[in-house]
Amino acid sequence: MTAQRLAIIAGHGTLDAAYPPLILATTAVAMDLEAAVFFTFYGLEILKKGQADKLQVSPIANPAMPQPVPGISVPNILGMLPGMTAVATSMMNNWMEKANVAKLSELIAMALELDVKLIACQMTMDVMGIKREDLIDGVEVGGAATLLEFASQDAITFSF
Amino acid sequence: MSQNFDVELDCKGMSCPMPILKTKKFVDGMEVGQVVKMTATDPGSVPDVQAWTKKTGHELMDHDEQDGVYTFYIKKTERA
Repeated sequence: MTAQRLAIIAGHGTLDAAYPPLILATTAVAMDLEAAVFFTFYGLEILKKGQADKLQVSPIANPAMPQPVPGISVPNILGMLPGMTAVATSMMNNWMEKANVAKLSELIAMALELDVKLIACQMTMDVMGIKREDLIDGVEVGGAATLLEFASQDAITFSF
Repeated sequence: MSQNFDVELDCKGMSCPMPILKTKKFVDGMEVGQVVKMTATDPGSVPDVQAWTKKTGHELMDHDEQDGVYTFYIKKTERA
């Protein structure tokens, strides 16, 4: 089976977890595949108006997070202190900027331009009290069957 | 190495996936048979451009690197 489609589930809304779905979906279209990203649970945060560039990443329980100062090991438990999530997020954003990585809002704009289907999960929207107006334009709302119909034919699937 | 080309695309300073996305958009706007000279600074663009041309059927005629700048000559082909 040669894949014609890429179906991705985006279930997490941290800064680091938001990138893979959008990078893969946009690149897939650039390589002549159709792409759909299904945003559910915390992934919905990525689609909220004005939120894409405000996503955070926490060092807590994330021992793979690189140390801010190479060679100086900060105990993971210190990530619990107030302000540490903001520090880790700021650090990650600085690294991204230095490496010329596109902002999430730019990747979303490219995704819409390339006709990537962005689908927001109706059920988890209801669970978390998120309304259609809270989300950016260009998003369809659907359920499991919507994603599965797309993914049922010649699709590569990923989950983040 | 120098090649004839019809149009140029500057992707320097961009990181994955932007060089590929920009190249796709640019090549879509080209005529079949035209050659674009695309430059990038992202080292990942070397395997990426090769993968992209392999998948899309456009022709990577040549590529090289000098002082951290990667240059690709891509010809737009008629795809089946």
